[in-house]
Amino acid sequence: MSQSVKTFGLFGLVALLILGTGFVQSWNSALLILNMGLVSALMALGVNLQWGFAGLFNVGVMGFVALGGLATVVIAMPPVRAAWAAGASGVLAALAVGALTLALAVWVTRRMARGWPRALVSLSVLVAGFVIYRALFDPAVAEIERIDPALTGYLGGLGLPVVLAWPVGGLLAAGAAWVIGKTALGLRSDYLAIATLGIAEIIIAVLKNEDWLARGVKNVIGLPRPVPYEIDLQNDPAFVERATGLGIDVTTASTLYVKLGYGLMFAVVLIGVLVLAQLALSSPWGRMMRAIRDNEVAARAMGKDVTARHLQVFVLGSAICGVAGAMMTTLDGQLTPASYQPLRYTFLIWVMVIVGGSGNNFGAVLGGFLIWFLWVQVEPIGAAVIDLVTSGMADGSWLKAHLQGSVQHMRLLTMGVILLLVLRFAPRGLLPER
Amino acid sequence: MDILNALVVLANFVLIPAIAYGAQLALGALGVTLIYGILRFSNFAHGDTMAFGAMVTILVTWALQGWGVSLGPLPTALLALPFGILGCMALVLLTDRLVYRFYRAQRVKPVILVIVSMGVMFVYNGVVRFVIGADDQRFADGERFIISVRDFKALTGLEEGLGIRTTQGLTVVTAVITVALLFWFLNRTRTGKSMRAYSDNEDLALLSGINPERVVMITWLLVATLATIAGTLYGLDKTFKPFTYFQLLLPVFASAIVGGLGSPVGAIAGGFVIAFSEVGITYAWKKVAEYLLPEAWEPDSLLQLLGTDYKFAVSFVILVIVLLIRPTGLFKGKSV
Amino acid sequence: MADPFLIGEAMTGGYGKGPDILHECTIAVDKGEIAVIVGPNGAGKSTAMKAVFGMLDVRSGAVRLDGREITALSPQDRVARGMGFVPQTSNIFGAMSVEENLEMGAFIRRDDIRGTMEQVYDLFPILRDKRHQAAGELSGGQRQQVAVGRALMTQPQVLMLDEPTAGVSPIVMDELFDRIIEVARTGISILMVEQNARQALEIADKGYVLVQGRNAHTGSGKDLLADPEVRRSFLGG
Repeated sequence: MSQSVKTFGLFGLVALLILGTGFVQSWNSALLILNMGLVSALMALGVNLQWGFAGLFNVGVMGFVALGGLATVVIAMPPVRAAWAAGASGVLAALAVGALTLALAVWVTRRMARGWPRALVSLSVLVAGFVIYRALFDPAVAEIERIDPALTGYLGGLGLPVVLAWPVGGLLAAGAAWVIGKTALGLRSDYLAIATLGIAEIIIAVLKNEDWLARGVKNVIGLPRPVPYEIDLQNDPAFVERATGLGIDVTTASTLYVKLGYGLMFAVVLIGVLVLAQLALSSPWGRMMRAIRDNEVAARAMGKDVTARHLQVFVLGSAICGVAGAMMTTLDGQLTPASYQPLRYTFLIWVMVIVGGSGNNFGAVLGGFLIWFLWVQVEPIGAAVIDLVTSGMADGSWLKAHLQGSVQHMRLLTMGVILLLVLRFAPRGLLPER
Repeated sequence: MDILNALVVLANFVLIPAIAYGAQLALGALGVTLIYGILRFSNFAHGDTMAFGAMVTILVTWALQGWGVSLGPLPTALLALPFGILGCMALVLLTDRLVYRFYRAQRVKPVILVIVSMGVMFVYNGVVRFVIGADDQRFADGERFIISVRDFKALTGLEEGLGIRTTQGLTVVTAVITVALLFWFLNRTRTGKSMRAYSDNEDLALLSGINPERVVMITWLLVATLATIAGTLYGLDKTFKPFTYFQLLLPVFASAIVGGLGSPVGAIAGGFVIAFSEVGITYAWKKVAEYLLPEAWEPDSLLQLLGTDYKFAVSFVILVIVLLIRPTGLFKGKSV
Repeated sequence: MADPFLIGEAMTGGYGKGPDILHECTIAVDKGEIAVIVGPNGAGKSTAMKAVFGMLDVRSGAVRLDGREITALSPQDRVARGMGFVPQTSNIFGAMSVEENLEMGAFIRRDDIRGTMEQVYDLFPILRDKRHQAAGELSGGQRQQVAVGRALMTQPQVLMLDEPTAGVSPIVMDELFDRIIEVARTGISILMVEQNARQALEIADKGYVLVQGRNAHTGSGKDLLADPEVRRSFLGG
């Protein structure tokens, strides 16, 4: 079976699975899976760029996805004028001082000779900078968070169209990736992994605790949408007429319309990125990347600037994850920092890439859809299995109750088993790199 | 100025918690570093291995408590610990047989093993949550304090109190015994030496007739023991929650890397470096300062460098600094 | 003619699935003798010795030790049969003490190893002084002594050395050769690969000159040193 036939076949299978969900469960569920599948596929493309193309081991996907989420708040929410007046200048000044301090410290370490004086000077720069930063930052934040804390208590956003948040989310993620890459790339692969794991946790900690930024665990809800609200559609006579004309219940029709709207927008982004990734893969740049991945020493000996290339691809891949994160938060309509879990937003994406086929863009996309479908459907399937297993047990037995209560944890188990099986029996994934 | 009270506050809020936490991290990091030294990969499933061992211990503890067995002032979990270790040993040996051995025979690149360990992580995580749920579990019993704050105040007449929880004392004692036994094993026994030889120079070890599969098996047994003890002590001292154990991966790895991956002494040093930094940087020093500084200089702020929620940031920053300045860690680890 | 004590006869083979490096190459050493393999770079000297030790696939030909066929045995099994091997690089456990290195050398033995250890210390007295020091911290020559000592701990009948003097100073080289002669006097056969062909042939009972994986010249060390063609091609006149 040729690779392209296999590609078509597997994508056809995924389409069938989603269509099947539509027929068996509901079209709403099917579209929900499709939309998150599109977002997941985009994240998988980003990780594939880093791992499949360049062999970079990034386990901080969650952090970049969350930064994308932050972008939606910063771009799309209406500004809280009172908070801006109260503390924006202080916060911005503090952040500027912070950035300046770090820059100065880096400059000092670059310019001075190794030894105690250097350590002392850079340390005192850092300490002094930190004290000034806190002196500016703390009161400003207190001011901002005092403004109507139950509803706002944060700076709000810029009030721009939410779709603008997608590229901005990519930029935010790219910026963070640049900083991480500058420090951690060039270290051994396991170290990069731990470093990215750590930065992701820190980003989530910032989102959870910096209430002035995005309300922390109080969440930002009611993000503006790029598509109409269902209720508006239901009140729109033209829409009602068309829905009834098609013989669909108006409420259902409105939800389907909204989801289809998201799906189309996501599909445009995914296809765009996929085309770009394919072009990159077959370009001289892509060939060089793979050459570096396969033999870093030889590539270095040929005069390739391996670290710079790695930084490039790391920033690009992270940016894609940021875009996907912004899209996801747009779809959710809210930013809930507590919901970011590494197993779901980092390691699940890795399962997608590995299962789909690392190094193959179509593989990553396939993995995104397939694994997302399973992630959603394992729970009802698991519940059915458990019901079958426990059907013989007496009602009210603790084991039966326990098993039925634990169904949700089948997901993690299944994902692990799938990953291990694929690694064992198809180590290059369902759609291997050519 | 009141040095005595300042010291007591310091001990109560920084030194003692950090020592206990450092001991737990050190035990965790020892497991990571052993796997790295012998099997040559970073085991992402280690946090969940700790969770599994602790879970078995908890289940046995509950059973013992149900039968009315207790250790008096000490937690019943101590009695259950050997069963937890055995359970964890069974788990990791089974995993090695079903999963890792295949890749070892293929001599795959270490990063592939890391990805494999991600799969194992998912499975362990799922198993633990499936069996015991995702919520907090309490299993500590026995006497709560070796010395309570109130007793300490009554005893010394100081303004400030110093409380030492049983679990903190137990953590330190158990960790010291465990580490002493481990080092005796590695440095004094033939099998331990063969493990070090294998870690040092695999080809020469094979040439010397050291059986790699045996070395690997013993490594897993040690890792299971260390992970279960670390997990149980952490659970007793704080709380058992599967997700917390997964999150421990970061400080545990930071400890192992800061100390030098592959170096057991380094793992212990790294554990304490990370623990003291985390506790010290997220502690509000106001109270200590109040005792030490003249009244006029007393600070208005809490003197807290970072909120406690940023403790990951501390591990991370120390990790990055050490990696940039001394990539092999404080005690020269292996750099593959 | 009776077989020599150890012989790799007409060995042809290479690494893994790679091309043949050795072609009908024969290497042998008798009890208590020193046999030296010399030749230009890339002649397959180390490969020939590794073939005798079972570290590459011998596709045709045979290896016999004391008259018994050992061609199919793994290197570990050959160690158990009385062969000792000192690799050219990473031939010590750098993070372990000298004494621990010797202990690990004797890992397959279950009897008392203290006597053998004393013999090694008598042969290399400097190691006795440094026995608690990490082997990786010793000088190049001392490390080679540790490496040879480690291989002697199994009380082998044949000791194989892969370029033992690579990277050590001429004085240290002379000393190492003296020690190797001493080892041979105890009845242990020595098979070694050497870059320093002239010095090695001077102490050799038997010499093998390999060119492109084939036996080019074979003879006693003296004969080879006297052979004008060998002198011209390999010894620089």
